[in-house]
Amino acid sequence: MNIAVLVKLVPDTAAQIRLNSDRSWIETRDLNWVLSPYDEYAVEEALKTTEAKGGEVTAVTYGGDTAAEALRKALAMGAHKAIHVKKDGFTDLLGTATALADAIRNGGFDLVFAGFKATDDDCAAVGQMVATLLDMPCITEAHKLEVGDNSLRAHREIEGGYEVLEAPLPCVVTAQKGLNEPRYPSLKGIMMAKKKPIEIVTAQDVPPRVETVSLSSPPERPAGKIVGQGAEAVPELVRLLREEARVID
Amino acid sequence: MNVLVHIEVREGEVKKASLKSLSEGARIASATGGKVSTVIVGKELAGAVSASKEHGAAAIYTNDSADLANYVPEGYTASLIEAADKADAQVVMIAATSQGRDLAPRVAAKMGVMLLPDVTALAVDGGELKATRPVYAGKVYITMKAKQMPVVITTRPNTFDLARNEGAGEVVAVSPSFASKVKVVEVVAAAGQKLDVAEADRIVSGGRGLKEPENFKLLEDLADKLGAAVGASRAVVDAGWRPHSEQVGQTGKTVGPSLYFAVGISGAVQHVAGMRTAKVIVAINKDADAPIFKLADYGIVGDAMEVLPALISAL
Repeated sequence: MNIAVLVKLVPDTAAQIRLNSDRSWIETRDLNWVLSPYDEYAVEEALKTTEAKGGEVTAVTYGGDTAAEALRKALAMGAHKAIHVKKDGFTDLLGTATALADAIRNGGFDLVFAGFKATDDDCAAVGQMVATLLDMPCITEAHKLEVGDNSLRAHREIEGGYEVLEAPLPCVVTAQKGLNEPRYPSLKGIMMAKKKPIEIVTAQDVPPRVETVSLSSPPERPAGKIVGQGAEAVPELVRLLREEARVID
Repeated sequence: MNVLVHIEVREGEVKKASLKSLSEGARIASATGGKVSTVIVGKELAGAVSASKEHGAAAIYTNDSADLANYVPEGYTASLIEAADKADAQVVMIAATSQGRDLAPRVAAKMGVMLLPDVTALAVDGGELKATRPVYAGKVYITMKAKQMPVVITTRPNTFDLARNEGAGEVVAVSPSFASKVKVVEVVAAAGQKLDVAEADRIVSGGRGLKEPENFKLLEDLADKLGAAVGASRAVVDAGWRPHSEQVGQTGKTVGPSLYFAVGISGAVQHVAGMRTAKVIVAINKDADAPIFKLADYGIVGDAMEVLPALISAL
């Protein structure tokens, strides 16, 4: 079973994100870059599936030179090879999805995994777009998955419960937390990753359909107050919530 | 601009997030001299039809079919596209619920247009549509301008205000053909869970400061008193104390309730990213230097196990 995994390099989720001096983008100096956490679940699921059923895992990413670090991280976890769809500068969502779909269209993949969202732009859209462009079924936000020979079954969380879904292969599945426990790359894996092949393809230049107008930091919350210490402060807290904030009756 | 808004229905019940999306869609349409319409797909659509009319829909496109009672991605996608075509829509709006998040990118990709997901503010400026959305889990907001129309937008639930405004509400049937690939074979309700954090207007979240998983019983009692949902920090979800569906934060849910209790949660960047837009934040933590107190409107420095019982009996 041959599997493609779509991956992306993002700032560590523990990082404070600040704007750069002209507020045109985020300040990227001093940031620690990681494989997007949901992509780790996607890579792990792909590795588990090929370990059980044979086949190879191909990590695929999109972006400039630095984006390739995501591929090295996926290769270090155990992916067999990688494709870097190269493109500098800003691309819109559909442009990104189109380039990724083009890169995997003729790869003969039975399954395509991706994180359900990247933790930088939080779009949660590329998996569905790639599937639509390739006319493949797509299951998003899977937190449980069973892959059969010709079909798969997945659980997807909805408000107040979950859905059980079935789809034929080939299929795109986007990973939610809970799907598995991603492995850490071993030292040997990290060394071997350097020798694994990365195919470079060049993306078509599509003019973006949207334009960034401005970036801003979220408004600071006004300083709050410490109502008091321990259980004794409870009556005053309840009074404030009723009379000042008016959020309870 | 003509705006088409998807109204989500589950077992006859209309999603409030969809009506908020419709209220905002009506505002954009009226500001630009366009019309707002809705599209409703599934079974038991009567409630959604009257709610559409009450919130301003000029036309209501319905695909009423037992085959679509559960969510069928391809069928819903095709229905929205046919309705967008009939309504001559420049803007297609979908609430970013679990269904909406799945559906919107499919609609945009099939139409070959741009998607602006999880929008928290919309504006029309010189005839151009500008959308603001949080990125990096709300650590930064980005405002983007659509250079091409149509455009598909998802709206963050609990963000836009509801506005009533009677529309003509002319009902038009749509029934496009589609090839169904993904099938929902079962919908399972979560055991014991009454309210979902993603939809709740009040949330009480707990972290390591609760010391043991059993102590979440106190938090559940507080939630019952307040009619709130129970949330959790990443630490306690990773420790297996609580299910991931309750996790609030960058790798969990982003919420914006009117009241948020952070109990025994220190306020790591990861967590704060998911709840900083709550209207009123209350923190209970025994460490007076915990970062959560910088964010909270009201704080009590103390042991959660002493404060919670007092709070429950005071409410």
